[in-house]
Amino acid sequence: MAHESSYVPGNAIEKWIDDRLPIIRWSKEHLIDYPTPKNLNYWWTFGAILAFMLGVQIVTGIVLAMHYTPHVDLAFDSVEHIRRDVNGGRIIQAVHATGASMFFFAVYIHMARNLFYGSYKAPREILWILGVLLFVLMVTTAFMGYVLPWGQMSFWAATVITNILGAVPVVGEPILQLLRGGFAVDNATLNRFFSLHYLLPFIIAAVVGLHIWALHVPGNNNPVGVEVKSNRDTVPFHPYYTMKDLFAVIVFCIPFAYFVYFAPDILGHPDNYIMADSQVTPAHIVPEWYFLPFYAILRAIDFNILFIDSKLGGVIFFAGALLVLFFVPWLDTSKVRSGAFRPVFKWFYALFIINFILLTWLGAQDAANPVYNAMAKICTAYYFVYFLVVLPLLGRFEVPKALPPSISEPVLKSGASAH
Amino acid sequence: MATQSSTAHQEGPETGRRDFLYVAAGAVGVVGVGAVAWPLINQLNPDASVLALASIEFDLSNIAEGESVTIKWRGLPVFVRHRTQAEIEAARAVPLSDLKDPETDEQRTKPGHEQWLIMIANCTHLGCIPVGESGEFGGWFCPCHGSDYDTAGRIRKGPAPKNLVLPPYEFLSDTLVKIG
Repeated sequence: MAHESSYVPGNAIEKWIDDRLPIIRWSKEHLIDYPTPKNLNYWWTFGAILAFMLGVQIVTGIVLAMHYTPHVDLAFDSVEHIRRDVNGGRIIQAVHATGASMFFFAVYIHMARNLFYGSYKAPREILWILGVLLFVLMVTTAFMGYVLPWGQMSFWAATVITNILGAVPVVGEPILQLLRGGFAVDNATLNRFFSLHYLLPFIIAAVVGLHIWALHVPGNNNPVGVEVKSNRDTVPFHPYYTMKDLFAVIVFCIPFAYFVYFAPDILGHPDNYIMADSQVTPAHIVPEWYFLPFYAILRAIDFNILFIDSKLGGVIFFAGALLVLFFVPWLDTSKVRSGAFRPVFKWFYALFIINFILLTWLGAQDAANPVYNAMAKICTAYYFVYFLVVLPLLGRFEVPKALPPSISEPVLKSGASAH
Repeated sequence: MATQSSTAHQEGPETGRRDFLYVAAGAVGVVGVGAVAWPLINQLNPDASVLALASIEFDLSNIAEGESVTIKWRGLPVFVRHRTQAEIEAARAVPLSDLKDPETDEQRTKPGHEQWLIMIANCTHLGCIPVGESGEFGGWFCPCHGSDYDTAGRIRKGPAPKNLVLPPYEFLSDTLVKIG
């Protein structure tokens, strides 16, 4: 929102600061007065939840790094040392480990909300692209973090995922050695992953800064998808949304606390309590649940496509599943933002969500089972069809419902008819 | 456009010289940044201690017929399998047209030492270690993504694109092999 600043320095000191570094003015404009559509629902609180989770992960991560040892002989024991010996380490480690799951849960909801309400459409394309970039950074950070406890799953996840790069023709093998610092995943790999796992969250924080900047230029989208027309459509961010977001964060912390205190390992794998062994692969390698949809896509391509072999094909689809998200603002041709006014889109969208959940489930199933194998292929196909066929065509053929003239109008009207 | 640029810049010999200086300074800058960046990237490559272990000698005399062991070479697991006559014949009986990555059994062993199959143990799909003496073809089965290898370590079924990779190796005597 471009708007005049209403800030007036309250005293001589504030005036002195304002002339040199207008940080109080900036805070008032962006953290307090920022005009926010008044019809935002609870799906809009996940941005704040994500910011909260990033803070939790950074704080617990810095603390854990004070007790962790990134060496192949000591890493596994040092994590156990944190859980058994370090004061409060059991809880801090559990917050960090289950926090990753909660973080991904929140980001998937946040992305699903954008896909339904068309929040990626003009003028919010860069906001969306930064968001997808944040997701990719999160995936990278979480993957490297998962390697650090140096259990069997850690080791084999590192082996399998770095091997993905080896599928690239010609340069794949040298890049693979460069990434691992050896011919196999070993101490050099563990050390660099620890270094990068520490670095990336701060890069994420910086991109979050850009993400919020890109949000504050056009302002929030809203459930109706009609742009803000006047200040009758908005309320100040504080206290209206600070309080709503705070409430949502507290509710979000209830399941989070359940996992931390009562089931810190329920989302993990027993095999990761066996120290990494480069000579034995666990019978079933399954990534963390939040990577399963993409893992299912990777596995679904078990056939050669023309001159592309199945391995490279799987990698192309895996990368494509992430890359296609960057182009969604241009793939969706509908002028109407909100899915609430798109009668046909709703059904395809619902199917997309079911399909995504199904992919998550399939990612954990036996790869050799022909039924699951066929299902994974169908679900992979729909994932891409949704973005590459449904979104471009639907905008041309669908007749959307009539949009209300402004955000306030339907609210005020129904308010009037209630009396 | 043309009128704008001609008013913005003074045409003449000065312009050409200045442009050259810009390009030259820029080029030197790029080379400088590259020269600084390369060591910072190259430090990621395998270091001297990793490269030092690049070759090993292994004694085969303790492996009975039908037995298979896994040893470590350059940090990678390596299968050494003492094949039975039946396994060798099963591998030889397969027509090349049935293979995804056609190689004869002879190409995968050393002459005079056909009973020894020495291969890097990582599945050529994404690097898991297949389980020996299992799967449809009596060779190896990878539990991760379901790739099936036969008794010559050739890919028969599943997502892996290639046969199990053969490391460079030579027989120093009938019972001593040098890998790497």
